[in-house]
Amino acid sequence: MPPIVHKSPTTPPSLAENKTVIDINNLGFSYPDGHIALKDISLSIQTGEKIALVGPNGAGKSTLMLHLNGILKGNGDLEIGLLPLNKENLPVIRSLVGLVFQNPDDQLFSPTVFEDVAFGPLHMGLDEKEVISRVEEALALVDMSGFNDRLSHHLSTGQKKRIAIATVLSMHPQILVLDEPSAGLDPRARRGLINLLLELPMTMLVSTHDLRMAKELFPRVIIMDEGQIVADGETATLLEDEVLLEKHGLEKE
Amino acid sequence: MHSNIFDRYLHNNSSIHRLAPQVKVVIAILFIFSNALLPDGDWLSFAISWAVILLLNWLARLNLGYTLKRSLIVLPFTLAAITALFSVPGKTLTIWQIGSLELILTDAGLIRFLSIIVRSWLSVQIAILLVATTKFPDLIHALEHLRLPKMLVTVIAFLYRYMSVLTDEVIRLMRARQARSAVLPGRNGGGSLLWRARTAGNMVGQLFLRSYERSDRIYHAMLSRGYSGHLRTLNQHELNINDWLIIALAFLLIAFLQLFAHSIG
Repeated sequence: MPPIVHKSPTTPPSLAENKTVIDINNLGFSYPDGHIALKDISLSIQTGEKIALVGPNGAGKSTLMLHLNGILKGNGDLEIGLLPLNKENLPVIRSLVGLVFQNPDDQLFSPTVFEDVAFGPLHMGLDEKEVISRVEEALALVDMSGFNDRLSHHLSTGQKKRIAIATVLSMHPQILVLDEPSAGLDPRARRGLINLLLELPMTMLVSTHDLRMAKELFPRVIIMDEGQIVADGETATLLEDEVLLEKHGLEKE
Repeated sequence: MHSNIFDRYLHNNSSIHRLAPQVKVVIAILFIFSNALLPDGDWLSFAISWAVILLLNWLARLNLGYTLKRSLIVLPFTLAAITALFSVPGKTLTIWQIGSLELILTDAGLIRFLSIIVRSWLSVQIAILLVATTKFPDLIHALEHLRLPKMLVTVIAFLYRYMSVLTDEVIRLMRARQARSAVLPGRNGGGSLLWRARTAGNMVGQLFLRSYERSDRIYHAMLSRGYSGHLRTLNQHELNINDWLIIALAFLLIAFLQLFAHSIG
């Protein structure tokens, strides 16, 4: 297959089913203090896949996620939505990848819910009408319509998590990357979140310690430990493998 | 566990609440300038200004004296003006001897000191009224509309968003210290002053580090959503002709007050 040439990097390519949407080759990264966070990561994700990323704390899950829209830059090749990750493509890639941070107090940095959900679309250069309609749409998707004027710091954790997801849904991303979305939620809020994730159609890469949620939502699982991918395959098989799980600090549910 | 030091907004549906936030900010600033420009000892003009505040207070359907109660917070700060007592030339009222220092209290000095107190007290009242009738996010928009430097507006917005997060963090740190500040019966607990000071210092350091790391994460969250060094917001509060009329009216009233004060003074 000849290499695909994109004429204009400002328009995101439309991705058909079963096309490679994330392609990572031999990615390595070490923090300025010398700590090696990622070693030789190679990974390929197809459109529409729902993947859980599991592993103990400090395995490099968050570090890997921060590479997917170029916040961190390691050594190795990354291709997102068929675009190589470089300075030129960065703005488009950031609109393709919706990255939601673990702590909603980091994700929601504006005074009101409206301003937070509008932040992405506004910075994509959309006009006012489009921005407002996207905010309404995103809030409706996470079942938080009518929260526009609410103050972020007055919301419950469950509400904050939903709004945090809305802040990237309003950008119409093709890939949703979530960092521990169910952490810190009570059972009801967790159930609500799982139902929400079930409804969202886009490609998903979700880091989690919640193996029960992983089994329920994600057909594919990637296990990381000490900066490396130690297993990558079907959730049904991998999460039943007690020896493998125990070896990497996980527990069979 | 929520601290809401910034949330002084009292919800109501009065005419004052419905005014455009920029209008309220402009009028509050005009009013504060007017206070500063009133002559020393012009008690009548001060009283008129105060009557205006009480009127606005009533229009905003706040409790009578709502602003009054809150405004007492300004009193300790007016002590900064205490040198006015001794530094304005005038008729000597009394002389205080402190060591070899001789402080001469003059009548003009006393009048200036009291005037400064009244001015700050009036100015604080209008500010209290402003934040009680305007939602803080709207105030931030207003500042943006009034062409305050974008960077400053952004700093205020972040301060507003994260003040409660930070105070919650402080409360957590204090609780963690309290929970481990045990004393066995018959022993002296608490450690030496130096040791306690060091603990407090460590807590401040912790807080700084946590905030610093948080700012990193927030910046990453902003970058992820397309931030590239220039903050964009929607301008939701356009001024209409009525708003301009109200500003003009307030300006005229204040000009009259100034003329009045300076012509009799």
